[in-house]
Amino acid sequence: MSLVLNFWLRVTSLFSGFGEQFRAMNKWQRYSAYGLGVVALYLLPYWPDVPVLGQIVNTPGSQFETVLNDQVVIFVLIALGLNVVVGIAGLLDLGYVGFYAVGAYVTAILTSAHGNLPWLLALPIAVVISMLFGVILGTPTLRLRGDYLAIVTLGFGEIIRLTAKNMDWLGASRGISNIKKPPSMFGLKFGVLDAKPYFYLGLTMVFIVIFILHRLEYSRVGRAWVAIREDEDAAELMGVNTFKFKLWAFTIGAGIGGLAGVHYAGKVGFINPDNFPLQLSILFLAAVVLGGSGNMYGAILGGILVAYMPERLRNFSDKRILVFGIVLVLMMVFRPEGILPKRVGNEHKKRRAKSQEGEVAS
Amino acid sequence: MLLEVNDLHVFYGRIEAIKGISFTVGEGEIVTLIGANGAGKTTTMRTISGVRTVAQGSVKFEGQDITKMAPHERVKLGICQAPEGRGIFPGMTVRENLDMGTYVRGGDAAEKAADLEHVFHLFPRLQERITQLGGTLSGGEQQMLAIGRALMSRPRLLLLDEPSMGLAPMLIAQIFEIIKQINSEGISVLLVEQNATQALRTARRGYVLETGHVVKEGSGQSLLDDPAVRAAYLGG
Repeated sequence: MSLVLNFWLRVTSLFSGFGEQFRAMNKWQRYSAYGLGVVALYLLPYWPDVPVLGQIVNTPGSQFETVLNDQVVIFVLIALGLNVVVGIAGLLDLGYVGFYAVGAYVTAILTSAHGNLPWLLALPIAVVISMLFGVILGTPTLRLRGDYLAIVTLGFGEIIRLTAKNMDWLGASRGISNIKKPPSMFGLKFGVLDAKPYFYLGLTMVFIVIFILHRLEYSRVGRAWVAIREDEDAAELMGVNTFKFKLWAFTIGAGIGGLAGVHYAGKVGFINPDNFPLQLSILFLAAVVLGGSGNMYGAILGGILVAYMPERLRNFSDKRILVFGIVLVLMMVFRPEGILPKRVGNEHKKRRAKSQEGEVAS
Repeated sequence: MLLEVNDLHVFYGRIEAIKGISFTVGEGEIVTLIGANGAGKTTTMRTISGVRTVAQGSVKFEGQDITKMAPHERVKLGICQAPEGRGIFPGMTVRENLDMGTYVRGGDAAEKAADLEHVFHLFPRLQERITQLGGTLSGGEQQMLAIGRALMSRPRLLLLDEPSMGLAPMLIAQIFEIIKQINSEGISVLLVEQNATQALRTARRGYVLETGHVVKEGSGQSLLDDPAVRAAYLGG
């Protein structure tokens, strides 16, 4: 046990040490570091070819770039979206898979089942419709708090899945096939076998979402979100229209979930209701909580781990989910705020340490 | 009249917490509501801020009916509350907490800086603690922060819910001094207190609340002198 604890302390101190070093660098060094990081990420599909590193990262039993796209990118997108809802606005959503399903189904309907639109045109429509679903679900339920909200959202996820399963117009349990692929762009061809182009596309979506969320977080909207999470009553008394901003968080989260669904549908070309089980909602939530609820980069890391670890551990075959479960439980025991806690959490500790010093001095 | 509350009824589920109370706060006045636990003081405050819905009766601010107005709209009109139990944002720094006070106003950085200066003038303690997190402050400092934050919204009417709760006697005296000072700058104050002696000394007028009714009203001094009030709230 102490070995595990020791390991975690080391890993986490590695992260914070890295952060401090990073802040100490000047502008140019920092930008080049960002640039190198981005290039390294786009080269991820080739990492298994690198001698030692390849041995470590490669996923035995499944194709690495397929894991990267179908698991990691999808989970990271979803963790980013769900983090807005759970981490930033503090609304527990147990039915997030519903929005993912809406995004995928709208794409399927528009490009195959009941339409002939190109994938690229279906994308914005699907995102907007997912957001509409966010408004429809959010308007009546956001007046609820805590547990009640969680139960209603849980129901929503199931309603979407069961509706898809029982409506012939939505393909029922057969699902919808022949969903259109993304168009060729920048010399990338989106075929059936090669997952790399999808990964590049997905990674680009991740960067765009990060950019948008970053802008939001430091805006008036972001301030309102933090205030609501900290103390909803106080936020209201300070003049924050809490309902409006919670609905915004819900809607933006829903849109990002929908976007992930669009990407998924475009890649696999065939979806059915069983692709969107309740279990996924739980895994999505696990990703956000594991990584660090409220911190965008924590959520990303959580998404990567929850998606990647089971694939990496495939050698343990049946026991991999067990191992994964144990890791999750240990995490919650030793680091309940997640691997990368939200900013205030970090500074909280530093300041507390400082103020204690101050008290000793005075 | 700045604030006019008329025959107010408020329910918690099926329990009627406020059973038809009426009172007023004039421009530039300090008015206090005193009463025991469960008399309905906090409920009244929350209703004026708009967080609780009104079953019957009306709330008017400068003659305008605001009974059904949303809470954030009321803050824009100039009604701001420092809630009971302080209600500060524990994970935000003192500075960020104060900034939240200007949320509805938005706008001018110079104005905000001047307001901040003013709050620090009233509460020098907060300036010393400016980068500290709200949750790490002492009880008294949190109370100062809650009042300071409400002041940042430039209220016309400041609602103070139990500002002396859980504070040391010396601090209580200090807080009441500051309330007088705020009032002397033209801000009307509605003060809810269990510490009836201090409240009635500070306020021009007072109302005594008992299980959702106003049972007595009068000037601060006359209530202080009233034998029944003395027996019930001032310890004989």
